[in-house]
Amino acid sequence: MSDTNNITIRKQKVVKDYTKPKLIVLSVLVFLLLAAAAFAPKIVPYDPYLQDLGNALQPPDSVHIFGTDRYGRDMLSRVIMGSQTTIYSALLLVIIITVTGTAVGIFCGYHGGRADSVIMRISDVFLAFPGMVFAIAVAGVTGGGILNAVIALACISWPKFARIARSQVMTIKSSPFIAAAKLAGTGTVKMLFKHILPNIAGPIIVTAVLDIGTMIMEIAGLSFLGLGAMPPIAEWGSMMSNGRSMLQTSPWVILAPGCAIFITVMLFNLLGDTVRDVLDPRQSKNK
Amino acid sequence: MQKILEVKDLKKTFYKNKIPFVAVNGISFQVNTGECLGIVGESGCGKSTTARLIAHLTRPDAGSILLDGEEILHAKGKKLKEIYTKVQMVFQTPQDSFDPRCTLGDGIMESMINQGMKKKEARERMRLLMHMVEMEEEFAGRYPHQVSGGQCQRAAIARALAVNPKLIICDEATSALDVTVQSQIIELLRKLQREMGLSLMLICHDLALVQELCDRVLVMYLGSIVEEGTPDEIIQHPKQEYTKILIDSVF
Repeated sequence: MSDTNNITIRKQKVVKDYTKPKLIVLSVLVFLLLAAAAFAPKIVPYDPYLQDLGNALQPPDSVHIFGTDRYGRDMLSRVIMGSQTTIYSALLLVIIITVTGTAVGIFCGYHGGRADSVIMRISDVFLAFPGMVFAIAVAGVTGGGILNAVIALACISWPKFARIARSQVMTIKSSPFIAAAKLAGTGTVKMLFKHILPNIAGPIIVTAVLDIGTMIMEIAGLSFLGLGAMPPIAEWGSMMSNGRSMLQTSPWVILAPGCAIFITVMLFNLLGDTVRDVLDPRQSKNK
Repeated sequence: MQKILEVKDLKKTFYKNKIPFVAVNGISFQVNTGECLGIVGESGCGKSTTARLIAHLTRPDAGSILLDGEEILHAKGKKLKEIYTKVQMVFQTPQDSFDPRCTLGDGIMESMINQGMKKKEARERMRLLMHMVEMEEEFAGRYPHQVSGGQCQRAAIARALAVNPKLIICDEATSALDVTVQSQIIELLRKLQREMGLSLMLICHDLALVQELCDRVLVMYLGSIVEEGTPDEIIQHPKQEYTKILIDSVF
């Protein structure tokens, strides 16, 4: 009898929150990647630019773990060396577009008026344009080279950040705490850096981290087309381009840099997703 | 009696999709030194806009605002900062009126530091102000979302008092709070007004509160002032049809 009188408590499945440990693990991995890229010249087992034609297109073995390319250069060394070019130019690019985009967006959102309309129409034009096509055009005009590729991609990528920053500024501009800061006699510069920037930083940082992966792909893409890094500089995109005719005979030449791009982009994207879960839980998909 | 604020023919028209909306239609009134003036009226009648116009958070179209005998209608930059040492505002939503990324103490000290006061002195004065609004000092280190609405509103009052203003505009300062906290805040305002000789402008839709605290009341309707008088006069013998409706809807 007594059993039926027991109050049953609804069982709730508690999903453990793995966000924090995920963030730590991914941050460590990304840090290792960045460190490897930074110290690439010190850790490569062979000189990535040393040609040894007698040793060309060797399949992976214990001497050359990723094999050698058609000039007999060690693939592992070239992949490590290439990480420096690819990852750091992507980081430089993301920093450039985040800073300029955010600055433009804050100016437009805070200032408003005609300048805002004009700048936003310009950014609409950039957003409407297929990005890669525009980048190819710019890189084609300015000529090859990794720096030109970065400039070309920066030209088309800033409007995204300008849009985000502007909409964020517009929403918080009318909140009472901005009015209160005005009443406290706060000047424009202090207002922007102390009250507005910290309150809009979350979504911008999330977008920036998520964009690192995309930018690595785009830089590698431009290099693949021959518009980014120039040979003999080791860069993942151009290494894949060099190896594409040998996919069937010696696949390691294209697979090594390909896997490197795959792993790096995935790492940065996962980090971006986790950073979003931490900074901006409302946008998160799984909550 | 001395006037701290005199408003003449103040006008403001908003445009939405180029359709004009007259928010404040040529109102004139004055606030005497040490007086508490209430402004009542339904939502959208222009009370808050009036407050924002005086505080220059919205640009007025036409008219004249005399603060302490000085025209401030088109004040800008440095002049505006000077005005903000005389006029301060307390907002309707206490939690939103503090930067979510700054502590309450920083919020209170901001105006003092902007005036060039040293951090140490500002901290000292902040403690004094918190004592005046009957808050524990430990609240200075908390963020707005960590304290209750009532505590936050006390901090907002402390922030308004920081510059020793002559006039404080309370824009529905108590309507987001529950009844008991409301009466505490009102008590606090009354005490501060008595002790410091402050002039208050109380924008409000609670007639009981107006009756308790205000010396004079303005009734606003559709952007104009329809009636003016002492709270007792207005509540007991309303002259205008709209005022009657307003009073009937409360009691």
